[in-house]
Amino acid sequence: MKGYSRKDEGCPRLLDLIPKEKERLTKSAEEKKTRHGSSEEKQLELRLGPPNGDWTIKNKNISREKDHESLLPFGYFSPWSSSSGTTPFLQAHGQLKESSQPNPAKTAVPNSSSSSSSAQKRTAPTPVVGWPPIRSFRKNLANGSSSKPVSELQNAVGSKISSEKPIENSPKSLLVKINMDGVPIGRKVDLKEHDSYEKLSFAVDELFRGLLAAQSNFSAVGIKNDEDGGKAITGLLDGSGEYTLVYEDNEGDRLLIGDVPWHMFVSSVKRLRVLKSSELPTLSRGRKHGKLSLDTSPK
Amino acid sequence: MDPKLKKTKDSSSNSANSPDSTHSSFLFPDEVLERVLSLLHSHKDRSSVSLVCKDWYNAERWTRTKLFIGNCYSVSPEIVARRFPRIKSVTLKGKPRFSDFNLVPQYWGADVHSWLVMFAKVYPFLEELRLKRMTLSDESLKFLATSFPGFKALSLLSCDGFSTDGLKAIATHCKNLTELDIQENGIDDFGGGWLSCFSENCSSLEVLNFASLSSDVSFDALEKLVRRCKSLRILKVNKSISLDQLQQLLVQAPQLIELGTGSFQQELTPRQYEDLETAFSNCKNLQTLSGLWEATSLHLPVLYAACASLTFLNLSYATLRSDELAKLVAHSPNLRRLWVLDTVEDKGLETVGSSCPLLEELRVYPADPFELDLHHGVTEAGFLAVSHGCRKLHYVLYFCRQMTNAAVATIVQNCPDFTHFRLCIMNPGEPDYLTNEPMDEAFGAVVKTCTNLQRLAVSGLLTDLTFEYIGRYAKNLETLSVAFAGSSDRGMQCVLQGCPKLRKLEIRDSPFGNAALLSGVEKYETMRSLWMSACNVTMSACRLLAKDMPRLNVEVMRDEGSDDRQADKVYVYRSVAGPRRDAPPFVLTL
Repeated sequence: MKGYSRKDEGCPRLLDLIPKEKERLTKSAEEKKTRHGSSEEKQLELRLGPPNGDWTIKNKNISREKDHESLLPFGYFSPWSSSSGTTPFLQAHGQLKESSQPNPAKTAVPNSSSSSSSAQKRTAPTPVVGWPPIRSFRKNLANGSSSKPVSELQNAVGSKISSEKPIENSPKSLLVKINMDGVPIGRKVDLKEHDSYEKLSFAVDELFRGLLAAQSNFSAVGIKNDEDGGKAITGLLDGSGEYTLVYEDNEGDRLLIGDVPWHMFVSSVKRLRVLKSSELPTLSRGRKHGKLSLDTSPK
Repeated sequence: MDPKLKKTKDSSSNSANSPDSTHSSFLFPDEVLERVLSLLHSHKDRSSVSLVCKDWYNAERWTRTKLFIGNCYSVSPEIVARRFPRIKSVTLKGKPRFSDFNLVPQYWGADVHSWLVMFAKVYPFLEELRLKRMTLSDESLKFLATSFPGFKALSLLSCDGFSTDGLKAIATHCKNLTELDIQENGIDDFGGGWLSCFSENCSSLEVLNFASLSSDVSFDALEKLVRRCKSLRILKVNKSISLDQLQQLLVQAPQLIELGTGSFQQELTPRQYEDLETAFSNCKNLQTLSGLWEATSLHLPVLYAACASLTFLNLSYATLRSDELAKLVAHSPNLRRLWVLDTVEDKGLETVGSSCPLLEELRVYPADPFELDLHHGVTEAGFLAVSHGCRKLHYVLYFCRQMTNAAVATIVQNCPDFTHFRLCIMNPGEPDYLTNEPMDEAFGAVVKTCTNLQRLAVSGLLTDLTFEYIGRYAKNLETLSVAFAGSSDRGMQCVLQGCPKLRKLEIRDSPFGNAALLSGVEKYETMRSLWMSACNVTMSACRLLAKDMPRLNVEVMRDEGSDDRQADKVYVYRSVAGPRRDAPPFVLTL
């Protein structure tokens, strides 16, 4: 589950209805906007703070306050109170049916109370740990799975336990796509295998040299020929070669390689491209990071 | 045990005229009894046999070669070693099933290493090891690979704690490996180099499944491996294998019975497409097909030729639409088992109902479990459609967002032979969406009609009535999963009192408390285990249970920040080995 800390494996209580600020709520709020039932708009507002009457299920990660019971709508009983004759679910539904029961402690009436049988759109519950009962490896299918190695859960070598997150990069490898101008087939390179721009540059040469040679039978520039029958791809980092290495970061911008420290680069890079150096003027040059360094030597 | 002791029994058993011998089985020499018993394979039968008398107990233990331990903590390696001298194959299961859904913290236990150490001492000729929900380290894998010269088969399902380095050790050292089956584990994937560790002399592989690993493997190594392993019958590759690579593999192994493809999306030339089609049509023995990541209508037709013989089609990684599924199942009239994603929607399931009359098992997984829009996925209509056309259905796992009591009642009328009925209405506590009533009558219908029901998972808005029904009618029920259901202790009590064959009961987020827990005091020793989390159980009740029943292990895990009196997670299981000695600090053994 997003943001779920490793230590706390507790099951969330249905009865803890304090919504937690998460991406999840943002998403569900957006969904709600597209639904019919405009009178519900106010209640569907995303807010922080006490529950607005959503029948949501909270992640137990939130530290419990002693008075958390007072924040529960519908007059839910804490599970620890003895002899509650009916389950909280039934109470909620009782409320839903009557749709008018005033709640002494609480604010709004549940928004779905106005819909008894026909309105289909229920309030989005916040995700519950381990629910629905799907194993982690099945969870990222709708997004069109990427081929990045996924670190599975409950992995004894210290990866985070976060159950319902979509594809999570394994801490052990970072594969990014790399395409080269003039070569229709892309490659993938594992950035964790290199720790400097120089090594990356060599890797790129290795990946594409053969492909480039196969593509162009005639090479206009470049006299060097290695034994394995390809022209070495050099000068990727400093603009001196026929090609230059650039990357796209997590904001979608294209940037020259080498402006920022390696680790910073690794954390923001999404894909790489090898462009013909003649196309350089169209690229930004490290402005994003506030650096106008002319020094492009790898760290 | 001591062979000498055995021989003493021989001599006494042969004297049928001895005044002390009152058992007719003494007319049987032990050798004959053993010969007969060695033909028994079911561990349940063997359990029964071993209870007949001491002679049979002995004969059974000498002839048992396959060990099945459903809960690794129910017994200890030492006890096992003492009883069974000749084991070749071991199946071990560890953590409670809810650990698959992150309800069990890391480092909980179920480490296989102490078992391996014992096996190395007592069963040096061990050939097979099958682990489910166990923890094992790379060191353990290395130990395994180097301690058993005849080791043949390794199967790891839902395990954790190891990496591909451990697999390297297996591939390198197990010269007679016939099976390597790695599924759905918490594995650290450091790359596909392990596959290249198989020696060039290795030609014994029959089963290779690495579908759940993500890294690229050396295709060259894989192809050569497939080529020289002429007995390969099960091959399930991972996503890194492309379509044209798949074609090359199929050409080397047309004898495959089970195939898991790699990525099913690639720009193919017409020639490549044709070759692929031909390769599939040459696989005359294909019964199971899986993988198919990113498959689209563009490439699915290459499968059609192979579909005719398919009995199991696993599409649970392919986000197919209804029309795509329709075409596939139209070519697969012999399907017995079908797993799909709910992207096929009700319409897709309708085509299943009309194309697969022999269907026995259906699983519909949610493509996006946290999507709340009711317009996606499947509803009761899809399930109904399948039940109309597939009267032999007996196993279902169905994730949906809405259901009605009436639909379920009709479904079980159409298919009264359900043995496994697992219905997951994804929004907890969801009522019948048409009547707004609880789903009690749905599950009531299931247990009343399906007298052979062994496994049941309930969901939706449920009161104690559901559990009354279960207790009253589900006389063959062995496994019950409950979440967000029930109204009071009475519900759980009904189940504990009413289901004589209950073995596994797992409950979460339900209002069952101490009275319910304690009502099963005499029941739990007949069961494998009980799990209760986020219910109303307190520590004092757990302590009472532990005190009264010394042969039960009562373990509690508490959540951060919760009251000292609450028993947030309770795990109760019978054991002849006493309390765990390897429990981490957060597991309180009472």
